[in-house]
Amino acid sequence: MTSMSTTSSAPRAAGPNARIVVDDVRMQFVLRHNRSLKELAMAMVRGKDLGNTFMALDGVSLQVDSGETVALLGHNGSGKSTLLKLISGVMHPTSGSVRLRGRIAGLIEVGAGFHPDLTGRENVYLNGAILGMDEPSIRARFDEIVAFSEIERFIDTEVKHYSSGMFLRLAFSVAVHTDPEIFLIDEILSVGDEPFQRKCLDRIRELKDEGRTLVVVSHDLNMVSELCSRGIVLQRGNQVFDGTAADAVAHLRSL
Amino acid sequence: MSAPAPLVDQPWTEPGKGAGLLDVVRRRYLLKLLVRKELRVRYRGSVLGLAWSYVKPGVQYVVYFLALGIFLNLRGSIEDYPVYLFSGLVVVNFFTEAFGNATRAVVWNAPLVKKIFLPRELFPVASVWVAGVHFVPQVVVLLIGAVISGWRPQVLPLVGAVLATLIIAALATGLGLLFGSLNVVFRDMENFVDLANMVVVWLSPVLYRWDQVASAVPAWVATVYQLNPITVAVELYHYAFWWPGTVNTPATALPPDLLVNSLVAVVVAAVVLVAGQLVFRRVEGRFAIDL
Ligand SMILES: Nc1ncnc2c1ncn2[C@@H]1O[C@H](COP(=O)(O)OP(=O)(O)OP(=O)(O)O)[C@@H](O)[C@H]1O
Ligand SMILES: [Mg+2]
Repeated sequence: MTSMSTTSSAPRAAGPNARIVVDDVRMQFVLRHNRSLKELAMAMVRGKDLGNTFMALDGVSLQVDSGETVALLGHNGSGKSTLLKLISGVMHPTSGSVRLRGRIAGLIEVGAGFHPDLTGRENVYLNGAILGMDEPSIRARFDEIVAFSEIERFIDTEVKHYSSGMFLRLAFSVAVHTDPEIFLIDEILSVGDEPFQRKCLDRIRELKDEGRTLVVVSHDLNMVSELCSRGIVLQRGNQVFDGTAADAVAHLRSL
Repeated sequence: MSAPAPLVDQPWTEPGKGAGLLDVVRRRYLLKLLVRKELRVRYRGSVLGLAWSYVKPGVQYVVYFLALGIFLNLRGSIEDYPVYLFSGLVVVNFFTEAFGNATRAVVWNAPLVKKIFLPRELFPVASVWVAGVHFVPQVVVLLIGAVISGWRPQVLPLVGAVLATLIIAALATGLGLLFGSLNVVFRDMENFVDLANMVVVWLSPVLYRWDQVASAVPAWVATVYQLNPITVAVELYHYAFWWPGTVNTPATALPPDLLVNSLVAVVVAAVVLVAGQLVFRRVEGRFAIDL
């Protein structure tokens, strides 16, 4: 949530309606971690770098305006999840900057922010609080959240006994009830069954109609091109296309 | 659901860059849930549950009392030795539990750290808070024991006890932030901290008297020993809960300069807290990558 972030200056070249500004972002990972004393000593003696590095994002810049729905597309390992993690603040970029306006809720992975040993009920409160809600507003929305997820019977069961679909239902339900201006969704709808997927999509359309900003990662290209107005394609950490969602899908298929 | 707030009202922010410990204060409700979570998770599937946190110090106390109080007969040279011993032990137990758990807090919460953003300082602070939950009932037991051996409350000693508790909490939080963040990169830290925690009880006048150290080591070592914030906290607890209940023990049984040493300990604890926060913020960027 941005409520706890410190205020920064406006990014350069930010449009008047911009919600998310990603400016020349690079993200470098070290592929092999040599951590034992022996390996550290060897690396020092040979003067070798510790493991080889890898650019997961290599100079990505983009702007998302308020109310836009953006599909982030690309093959496996192209850097989509990494970009969402940078936008949500889970990771910081190696260089470049990310700036936001508004409260953000990220569904980066199924069950993010859930603890397996807590019950569904406890997890709703914990996850709601992580996403920036206070106790009265979680309490007020609790019934609505559970009703949307349709898992009333299991709400007092520890979530480690949930199926992955049930996990998704509860997590999605909490996230859509936290009132964020920016919504990040990473490949999570795939584990829901057909009726629940449809319900989620309806809810996402509602969010869109309310003018919320959405960034969606999915390999379901048909769904995405129908849902989103704009599409961005990543290829090995580089942004190779930015245009309408339908054109983005076509571009990705031609890669 | 209400429509999103107008854009112009909202400031630009940098995701993942919070205000550190200040955010912990701001997000007390989340802290409370994390503390409750840790207590729940710690005692899941356990019949004795929270009672375990009394069994451990209880057994430890009996062993120390038998070995040192009776076999080595420290009972003979320290008046009210049971209260003396226990008032020092609760302080050290609070510190070691808080420090040990805070060091592991970020690694334990890897699933949360990796997938969702929240001020990460919450995890070590929640661990210190959990240690506090275990600490308070031990103080109650201490009070009962002290009253039985003739202790009556006095203002200044109790102020000293509060100060000592704050020193320990700040010190454990600062060290927990420092070692807890480094532990993400080098898992050796938690083993190192376990080792340090094992030694703590012997480096403060918990089991014996301070002057037994002073008479055995060079003066400068004795001074360093006295400036250890944990030693100061232990002596403040002696001053608060042990000394007022004794009859034949002169005030010189307490170390001289306790007031000055307390002020030094406050400064040391504050410096450690700030240093811990600074290191934590530097290393924090690697949490989601390395875990
Ligand atoms: N913490 C990390 N340490 C090292 N490498 C990482 C880390 N996180 C991601 N990577 C690497 O970065 C690259 C991009 O990963 P990312 O998860 O962003 O891909 P993606 O586009 O989401 O792929 P998918 O469609 O499979 O979800 C991958 O090669 C991955 O191995
Ligand atoms: Mg991914």
